[in-house]
Order: sequence, then C-alpha cells, then structure tokens
Amino acid sequence: MTLTNTTIIAAGLTLLTGAAFAQEPVLTVYTYDSFNSDWGPGPGVEVAFEEICGCDLQFTSTGDGAALLARLRLEGERSEADVVLGIDTNLTAAATEAGLMAEHGVTTDALTLPVEWNDPYFLPFDWGYFAFVHRANMENVPASFEALAASETSIVIQDPRSSTPGLGLLMWVQNAYGDAAPAIWEALADNVVTVTPGWSEAYGLFLEGEADMVLSYTTSPAYHLIAEEDDSYASASFSEGHYMQVEVGGVLQTADNPELAQQFIEFMVSPAFQTVIPETNWMYPAALPAESLPEGFGTLTQPETALIFSAAEAAAVRDEALATWQNALSQ
Amino acid sequence: MAKRAQPVTLTQTIGGVFTLLVALAILAPLGAVIFRAEGFSDLRAADWAAVRFTLLQAALSAFVSCIAAIPVARALARRKFLGRGAYISLMGAPFILPVIVAVMGLLAIFGRAGWLNAALEGIGAGTVEIYGMVGVVMAHVFLNLPLATRLLLQAWLAVPAERIRLAHSLNFTAQDMRRHFGWPLLRATLPGAALVIFLICTTSFAVALILGGGPAATTIELAIYQAFQFDFDLGRAALLGMVQVAICVGAGLIVWRFANATEFGGGLDRPAMPWPGDRPLSRGIDAAALILAGAFLLLPLAAVAGQGIGAVTGLPISTWEAALRSVLLALASTALAVTLALPIALLIAGKPTRAGLEGVGLLSIAVSPLVIGTGLFLIVFPIANPVTLSLPITGLVNALVALPFLLRALIPAAKQAEATQGRLADALGMRGMARLRHAILPRLRRPLGFGAGLAAAFSMGDLGVIALFSAQGQETLPLEMYRLFGSYRTNDAQGAAVLLMALSLGMFWLFDQGGRANAAS
Repeated sequence: MTLTNTTIIAAGLTLLTGAAFAQEPVLTVYTYDSFNSDWGPGPGVEVAFEEICGCDLQFTSTGDGAALLARLRLEGERSEADVVLGIDTNLTAAATEAGLMAEHGVTTDALTLPVEWNDPYFLPFDWGYFAFVHRANMENVPASFEALAASETSIVIQDPRSSTPGLGLLMWVQNAYGDAAPAIWEALADNVVTVTPGWSEAYGLFLEGEADMVLSYTTSPAYHLIAEEDDSYASASFSEGHYMQVEVGGVLQTADNPELAQQFIEFMVSPAFQTVIPETNWMYPAALPAESLPEGFGTLTQPETALIFSAAEAAAVRDEALATWQNALSQ
Repeated sequence: MAKRAQPVTLTQTIGGVFTLLVALAILAPLGAVIFRAEGFSDLRAADWAAVRFTLLQAALSAFVSCIAAIPVARALARRKFLGRGAYISLMGAPFILPVIVAVMGLLAIFGRAGWLNAALEGIGAGTVEIYGMVGVVMAHVFLNLPLATRLLLQAWLAVPAERIRLAHSLNFTAQDMRRHFGWPLLRATLPGAALVIFLICTTSFAVALILGGGPAATTIELAIYQAFQFDFDLGRAALLGMVQVAICVGAGLIVWRFANATEFGGGLDRPAMPWPGDRPLSRGIDAAALILAGAFLLLPLAAVAGQGIGAVTGLPISTWEAALRSVLLALASTALAVTLALPIALLIAGKPTRAGLEGVGLLSIAVSPLVIGTGLFLIVFPIANPVTLSLPITGLVNALVALPFLLRALIPAAKQAEATQGRLADALGMRGMARLRHAILPRLRRPLGFGAGLAAAFSMGDLGVIALFSAQGQETLPLEMYRLFGSYRTNDAQGAAVLLMALSLGMFWLFDQGGRANAAS
C-alpha cells in the first residue's frame, strides 16, 4: 500500500518538475556516481552550463565507468541519454564498436594532455596518472614494479573485473612490460595483501593501515593536502612511467537533442567546466594549462613517461592480460 | 497432526496468490535477461572455479555460524541478566551493516594494524593474518551469527513455560533437557537457519573478494558482475544466475529432508524460566558463550562507532536527507514484506507437505540482486523511465529479499500455533479473521516483530538495486556513504556509517520490541 503511495508521489513529483521546466529543453547526461555527488564536479558543472544553455541539465548516475557502459548498452537505441560522461579509454572501444557514439567534431588544440588526442568519438575532460600512494614517512619507497616486487612492501589493489582503476593497473603492467608482464605479476603476488571490488574499499583499507601502499592516483595526495591540510601522503614515482587514465565524454548517436549535446561537449573543454575539475574530481583537467591549477598540485609526483594504450590496443590486450592476472594471483 | 478436513480459507487463497506473485517477481526478471540475451553463452573454466569456491565458502560459513550460534542461543534462552534485551538487539547489528562497514570493523580488530595484532606484538607473539578463506568465513560468521542465534532463540522461546515447569517437576537432568528439548529443537530449526545463511553467503561478493585476498576468492556473484559489466555478456550472466537458482533448489531439497517440525503441545504463553539441571558448569559455559560472542560481535561495532561518532554532527544536509529517504523506504518495504509473508506463512503452515511453497520464499536470496535488478530494468524500461521508479523498485526488491527471513521466523511459529490452537479454534468454529486474531496472531507476535525488524534494518543497509538505477536526489543512506568514501571524505563516510548503524538498530529494536509487547505479561 505504502509502495503505491510512494509511486504516486514519485509520479506526481516528476510531473511537477516536468511542468516547471516545460519551456526549457532537457539535456540528460549519464555519468558515474561520484561525479554527481555533492562533493563531485556535478553540481558546479550544472550551474555553469545552465547559465549559458537555457536548458535543464540532468545527471543520471550509475555505479562506476564500467556500469555506465553496461547501462548504455542495455538501453540501446531507446536510451534517453544525450551525453555520456566518465568512461575511460580502456572502455571506449566497446562503446564505439556498439555503434553508440556520434562524432564530436571538436578541434583538440586546447587540450593540455601529455599525449596526443585523435579519437573522433570521444573528447577527454580530465585525466590522471595511476600511482601507488603511500605515507610520506615510509622508508625505501620502491621506484619501479620490479623494485616493488622484490621488496616486502605490501599493497592493496582493485579487481579489474569490477573497477576502472583495477583495469588501469592491468594495462599499466601490460604497457610497461609487454611479454614480461606475467613474470611481474607472479613476482608481485606476495606483495598483494588483498584485492577489492572498487577504489573506495582499497583506499579505506590503506587509510586503516592494512597496507603500505594502495593503487590510486598521483593526484590523491592533493586532496589530503588541500582539503584536509594534511601533507603526510605521497605517491611513488615509477621509472618505467605511469599509465594514464583519461576520462572522456561523447554525444550519443540517439541523443534527442544533438545540438544541445554538442554544445555540452564543447563546454566540457572550456575553462568554466575545466576549473571545476581539480578540486572536485581530484584529477587533472584535460584543457587547462598547468599554471591555472590550484596551489598544491605543483607538489605532486610528475612522471617522466606517460604510458597509455589507444582504445583499440586496450581492447585487444584486455582479455589476455586479465587471464594472466587471474592466474598469477590465484596461485 | 490429526488429519482433518480443511476448507480453503480466504487467507489460504491470498497466500497462494501472493506466492505466485513472489515467484513471478523473481523469475520474470531472470526470464527478461535470458530473453534479451537471446539464449545462453557457455560457462568458462573460471566460472566453474567460482561455483566451487562459492559452494565451499558458503557451506563453511553456514556450518560455523550455526554451530557457534547453539551455545549463544541456549545461554540467552535460559539466562536472565541485566541488559539481556540490549545485548540481543545490539548483537543483531552486524547482519544489517553494509559490507564495507562490517569489513572495516573487523579489520580494526583482526586486521594487520588491528587491536589483536597490536596486542600480540605487545607480548612478543606472532601476527595473525585475516586474509584468505579464514577471513571470508570469519566475516560471514560475523554477519550471520546474529541471525542464526536469533532464529534458534525464537524456537527456544517458543517452548511453552509449562513444559519447562513440567521438566522441573520431573527432575530433568541437563542430559534429559538435551534429549527432550535441545535436540528436537535444533533438528527443526538448524537446517533452515543453515540454509538461509548458506544462501546469503552464495551471493556475497565484496566480503569474499576483500577478505579472500584476490581472484581465487571469486564467487558466482562476482562472475555475474564480470559477465554483465565487464564483458556485457547477458547470456553468461543469466546462465550464472540460473546456476545460483539451481544451487538454491538443491540446497533446499537437501535441507528439507533433514528438517522436521517439533510439537511441544499447547501452553498458556507464560514467560520462560531457568532450565532444570542447572549446574555451575553450565552457568560458566553460558557466561563464556555470551562473553565470547559479545566480544566478537560488539568490538568491531565499537570500533566503527568510535571512528565515526565524532563526524555525525558535522554531516552534510544531503546525508540527513538520504537518511530520511532510507527510513521511509525501509518502512514501506517492511510493510510490503509483512503483507506478503503473513498469508504465505499461514498457507505453508496449514499444509506441511508443501515444501515447494517455502522454496519460493527462499528463491529471492538465491537469485543474484544484479540479475533481478537488470531484469526489472529491462521489464520497466519499455513502459516507464526506470530512474523515476528507482525508489519503488528498490523497496520492492528489498521486500523480496526480506521475505525469506520473515518466512523463516514465521513458519515454525505458525505451524505450532496451528498445532496447538488449531483444534480448539476448529471446535469453536472460529474461522477467518476471528481465528487469525484470537488463535494465531498472538503466537506470531514475537517472530513477526523480529522479522519486521530484520526486514526494516535489512532494507536500511541494502545497497543493491538503488546503485543500478539511482538518479539525482534519490540516494539512500548506504549509497550516500559509498559516495562519501568515493570522494575521499572518509571521516564523513565513517560518520554516515555510524548514523546508518544507529538507524538500522533503532528500527530493528522498535519492531522487535513491539513484537515482544504483552509477551512477558
């Protein structure tokens, strides 16, 4: 009975909201959970875009990047989404192959990524380097995967089957070591305290003192430094280079309002959007020069080599890399 | 039970209809996923490894939880002590905690940097390693020992005081008590409790992965997650979902062979009293059981509370809004769960041979929440925007998930009420509502309160379907907590965890207390 009431109330509220914005077109953006939390970039982006678009920007969120893609594929052509925001380059091939995306047609001159960008379907909005975060007072910080594997250092990582950082780590080792990746994983196995389903659990375990290091981002210490005024965290610099996570957005083939969606994608690489990113998503903005970054970002580890697979390469090596990982860590 | 002509009553008709509806609500989503996948894909070798691991860890977890629950439930049944009610309520908390919070609590005690290892290091002893099969089973026992204890305790408390008094006057020894009360009670309740816990553990994935230590600890649920979100292979997800159902049915059939009802005859519902054959040794054993279980269950909770309590007052408004939303949702899904469970329980109790009916209630823990959620999404999507319906759908799924627990608590009590009061009610010609109100419901009050409390608390702590559907302004408290964790706001997240624990416990306590009103007068 109560359920029915809730339904009626929910339906009623929807009608009301619908009526209030009847004159404004609605732009539906699918994104991952933490993007659209009160502490994420969502609210800031919404305010900034609604000022210029004369529209109602609505975010719909799913668990993480992988769930976002699954959701889009589940809905197929009947999706209400106009824009997808927040899958990373390790997943974009699947979205493009499924015929979900329309070309963005935006020039990439303004991008400040350390790598070239030429994907016609997706445009990046932020990026970061994966890195092992540790306490600043840790002694003998390993400077490569080989050194880490040879040391007694304990780490917590994420499962690549259920989280995008986990998948990123897989790609990192694969990109840096190629055919030698299985040997690296076998040597790393005894350093891995445990594997978690997602980033939150892993970072939580690390903060609780369950491990010396956790797979996260070079930008993680910036949160502690800026938001908590705590400088006791740092990230290790690996000599083989650091794999990048590039988070992208794109217009869906099925967008109800392609012009508005296109306007949003262009807005995505404009300063109004980009300045929101560093202190809400704790990543590097994709189109903002380094001097515009908040104070504190300058103290972060700067990898000498940026590693990344193209979308097609990532899709090609994924299954085998996963099998290698599973074998090595199941022993 | 005497055979008697039983006319089909309205309650039974409703029970039958509800059973069908529940079966439909669970199987239709599974069917929708299969239909959308246009058939099954093959299972891989890794999937079979996941099936084996799932069965092994779930069987071990169920076995250890139930064995450990026996001395605790017995001690609670035959001892009165100050704070007994609070002890019972508090120790129920782990069961309703979101996984991440429960795991954090356990790690605060047993983890590498936990109290236990700090203490061991202090006395120069080696360290304890929690990761691996031991950790998985330990966490599942932490989560399920309270449930097993309460289900056993329900059964013990259902023994009429007159029987215990009779045992006193016959000078029963402890051994006699075991033979005439303990063993028959365990035989009747333990298999069912073990089955429920086994099924809960089969769908675990975060606990198994975090504490299992890595990919070797892959459960079927994680394999479903992978098939769905990583490979977008709906056919494999559906097939794995079917494997879970098959495990449920298989386990149900095995358990059904071992469970049989006990009948202790009628009583006047007086409160229980100390058992005969009480010796200092048994008092010592009871005290040890209560202290050990209390420490095991309450220390991790205390650690969680200690970490987060300071942050509660500073929580953002959105967290309080999410908390209110969660409370309303829990009330709605509890109302629905009770409405569904009562007629089904009465129907099953009236027909002791229909184990298949009870199986329907159990199905909902065995079917993967991810498969149900995805299936419901597929069903709703052509008709309405699933996001608009995310809260009602979450409420419905929570009610379905709570149903088995309610049935587990209600069926034995309903059977007993029929057995003890049914004949008298028949003789008096009591039918329909009058029979329900005067003969049956008073005997269901305690399990109903317990079951409703469990349903409410369970719904509070659930982070299942809402994560699949959520939209702006519809977050529940567990989802909000995960988002706080995901945004580095660990302190706020710990504060939200304490709020969640307090609200879940509070709701459980209120319902459970309501169920006990009058019972002791």
